[in-house]
Amino acid sequence: MLRIRGLTRPGLEPFDFDLPPGEAVAMFGPSGAGKTLLLRAIADLDPNDGACALGDARRDDMPAPDWRRLVTYMAAEPGWWGDRVGDHFADPDSGRKLLPPLKLPEDAMGWALARLSTGEKQRLALARVLERAPRVMLLDEPTSGLDADTTRAVEAVLGARLGDGAAMLFVTHDIEQGKRLAKRALYVDAGKVRQGDL
Amino acid sequence: MNYITLSYGDLVIAALLIGVNAALSIRLRLSLERQLLIAASRMVVQLGLLGLVLKVLFETVSLPFTAAAALVMILFAGYEVMGRQERRLAGWWSYGVGTGCMLFGGTIVTVFALTTQLQPEPWFHPRYALPLLGMILGNMMTGIALGLNTLATNVGRERSAIETMLALGYDRAEAFRPLIRESVRNGLIPIINSMSATGLVSIPGMMTGQILAGADPWDAIKYQLLVMFLIAGATGIGAGSAIYAMAARLTDARHRLRLDRLTVK
Repeated sequence: MLRIRGLTRPGLEPFDFDLPPGEAVAMFGPSGAGKTLLLRAIADLDPNDGACALGDARRDDMPAPDWRRLVTYMAAEPGWWGDRVGDHFADPDSGRKLLPPLKLPEDAMGWALARLSTGEKQRLALARVLERAPRVMLLDEPTSGLDADTTRAVEAVLGARLGDGAAMLFVTHDIEQGKRLAKRALYVDAGKVRQGDL
Repeated sequence: MNYITLSYGDLVIAALLIGVNAALSIRLRLSLERQLLIAASRMVVQLGLLGLVLKVLFETVSLPFTAAAALVMILFAGYEVMGRQERRLAGWWSYGVGTGCMLFGGTIVTVFALTTQLQPEPWFHPRYALPLLGMILGNMMTGIALGLNTLATNVGRERSAIETMLALGYDRAEAFRPLIRESVRNGLIPIINSMSATGLVSIPGMMTGQILAGADPWDAIKYQLLVMFLIAGATGIGAGSAIYAMAARLTDARHRLRLDRLTVK
């Protein structure tokens, strides 16, 4: 489904990559290796060269916001612009159903942003991505601030999305988490990407 | 109108007051004497030159000369706007955005006043065009510089919020809307404050000048009101267009945030 050919940007050597529907691929690499740069380049958030397509739809043929609704990047430290959690959802009323599987109460939709912990922010940021139902999710350390139980809950939610046909490329430092969700991996080091099995 | 003409001797006597400042500086060892002397001399030379230029312009009443003088004023004002910004667009953009928007707003509003309310003969008469433009530019500068400063400072602070909106599929106009609102608000506040204080706290310099020159106070007030309305309009046009131009330059056609186009002084 997601097809990448010769994608490159400063700090990243050209690479080819295919991601079929329903598959997750884990990305590993030391800090500063270029994992975030790679995800941002796919989402077209920084200037880059190369071809990306989703099925027959080529990235360069559509407005960037349309592409990013299909192929959505979630930063390791997501940003917030409203005062309340609900301000960040397209439809807070239906969006609240997404929260209990992530071990958050439905009421969290009305919480003030200032009272959120790091782990709550991370799951709410994931919920607002899930609400928009992208075809491909590019997740930068989606569970880094979470305890083991909560991490499993998040993995279950992500697994269900894979079952629905979404695809996912995610950064993790936990090889076990990689194995739970993915069969393939990208290893990034100093801007070079190597593909392998898990 | 008749007014009391000043002789050069009168000015020399008034200049003695600078001596008060010099005495203070010497007494408190501020070492400001030199700066004081240079600043006062600069003022005399600059105004003397301005007098010569205006005299020639008023005698010739030529459209190209008047336009050239107006352009020089705008170019200096643009330089001033650039100098007041801590963080600004890289390269020529920083000068270009401020200057272009002052050229835009200042010209529209000045020509509007000359052709509809004042209607001097000819419409571009430098006696009307240049003082009006000068007052408009002086106030626009503040609004544009404040607006651009707000945008340039806050775009760094709000970086992750903007990028998150873009990543979720909002377009650049939506992602920048809160910042643009805040910047335009900051750009407009000085003119709003100055309108509410005019007449109570401050007696505007222009009106004072007209009254000293023998004008009827009522006529002077009408002129002052006209000028304040022109300034308000020009500040809105100038600050608004400058802020939108900077926001456009801080993003690109693929709706990316381009902080690499910003430099810190």
